[in-house]
Amino acid sequence: MSYFKLPKLTTFVWKVWLRNRDVFMKTYKVNFLPPFIEPLLYLFALGFGLGTYIDTMDGISYPRFIAPALISISIMNSAFFECTFGSYVRMYYQKTFDAIIATPVSIEEVITGELLWGATKSLINATIMLPVLTAFKLIELPHALLVIPFAFIAGFLFASIGMCFTAISPNISTLNYPTFLFITPMFLFSGTFFPLQLLPEPIQYFALIALPLTHVVSIIRALTLANLSSFLLVNLAWILTVSLILFVLSVNLMKKRLIV
Amino acid sequence: MDEISFAVEKGEIFGFLGPNGAGKTTTMNMIQCISPKTSGTLEVMGMDVNTHQREIKKNLGVVPQENNLDPDFTVYENFLAYSRYFNIPRESAKKIIDELLDFVQLTEKKDTLIEPLSGGMKRRLILTRALINKPKILILDEPTVGLDPQARHLIWDKIKSLKSQGVTIVLTTHYLDEAARLCDRLVIMDYGKILVDGTPNDIVKEYIGTDIVEAENNPSVIACLKKRAARFEALGETLQIYTNNPQEITSALLKECPLRPITARSASLEDVFLRLTGKKLRE
Repeated sequence: MSYFKLPKLTTFVWKVWLRNRDVFMKTYKVNFLPPFIEPLLYLFALGFGLGTYIDTMDGISYPRFIAPALISISIMNSAFFECTFGSYVRMYYQKTFDAIIATPVSIEEVITGELLWGATKSLINATIMLPVLTAFKLIELPHALLVIPFAFIAGFLFASIGMCFTAISPNISTLNYPTFLFITPMFLFSGTFFPLQLLPEPIQYFALIALPLTHVVSIIRALTLANLSSFLLVNLAWILTVSLILFVLSVNLMKKRLIV
Repeated sequence: MDEISFAVEKGEIFGFLGPNGAGKTTTMNMIQCISPKTSGTLEVMGMDVNTHQREIKKNLGVVPQENNLDPDFTVYENFLAYSRYFNIPRESAKKIIDELLDFVQLTEKKDTLIEPLSGGMKRRLILTRALINKPKILILDEPTVGLDPQARHLIWDKIKSLKSQGVTIVLTTHYLDEAARLCDRLVIMDYGKILVDGTPNDIVKEYIGTDIVEAENNPSVIACLKKRAARFEALGETLQIYTNNPQEITSALLKECPLRPITARSASLEDVFLRLTGKKLRE
């Protein structure tokens, strides 16, 4: 079976998306709380705590510097964890995928629905953070509103990355490896809490080539500071290309895992 | 699977029997268009399983071996989500769900989450879920596994009433009494091959006879039986004698051999099953 066979999809994808949305909405009060609280915690600890010792970072106040990073990290975490631990539980423990593929819905559509749901969670969480950050005057409207559609695109990237790991993880605890070896370093070294330029040059290149969050932070920072540049097109092209490749790969890997 | 061949007629209950690992579930998965076949032909309602998956799956109802009701939802929400996978409009889905819950007598559990329900209720719900699209073919993979006798009888009743409504039913089971009771025709499989096929009665008559006489496994009984050219097999401490005339063989044994405990009973599908697939000492 090929790893890069394009999946055939129909509107059944949305039925899978709807299933996840319905579950989410059953407990929406709890679900809306973390994206609301989390940026506040980081802002107080890092922005207003540590930040008092930092006059400016890259020419702007420290809370303004990290505000877009907080959004980016939330986008990364929501989609990645939804499509790793969340999808793994549905696939392995709840047998939800098995139940769905006994209907006219295909496995490709199930996985795509899961990915779109992961991206939707990124969008929801990023959207909830915007008013909080606006209240502290850390982001520029209306530019920052573009974060909302972009959160879906970036979320889809992290969802696809997560799904690839889910497809090859022998059990749920091995999903901790990508979390600690990939997500945590990205959290720290993608231009999140200090500019990328402070890192040694080879590592800067490495971050641009291999750490997706770098590109996401770059775009979101440009949007929240209303400071656009042409390099953003490179960031966007990287994100779209890698998303497409990993989307197709994750669907085929899951197909291989669940069928035959 | 190794060159299996079978045909299920419209409106009948067809069983796949066999020990664990015989290939029953694999066959079910192929019929459901989930595991692709690598060679040969397999048609469901005249459509090839490798090319017409969606059309076939639209007409199937599936009861899987493992319960996979959605624990994130209540009973009703489970069915509603499931109805969407068949593109059933919401309003008609609601009507169908109410009818079905009534059919399996679980209307009062409509708004309960799945987790606290008993095994029997979950199994009934899985059967109900399989009916949501009004399937023409129902695939039951061990429909009564782990159920108490009351729940098994209820499921059997439902299966029979579905058959009378014209639904074709394909099932696998480890319970041979269940197979004998439900199946119009069945096959016994082992190691990916079909060993026998036919109606339960014909299979028993062909491979065993009408009755089985059980006697103690000792040399004098064996000598008696060999003299009479009886068909028998040793199964541990007992000898099983296959016969259509249990009275004759029983009285002969009682007359000719030292008196020993001896029992006669009707032959069952289980005897055929063990004879074909069991690991017993053969004479």
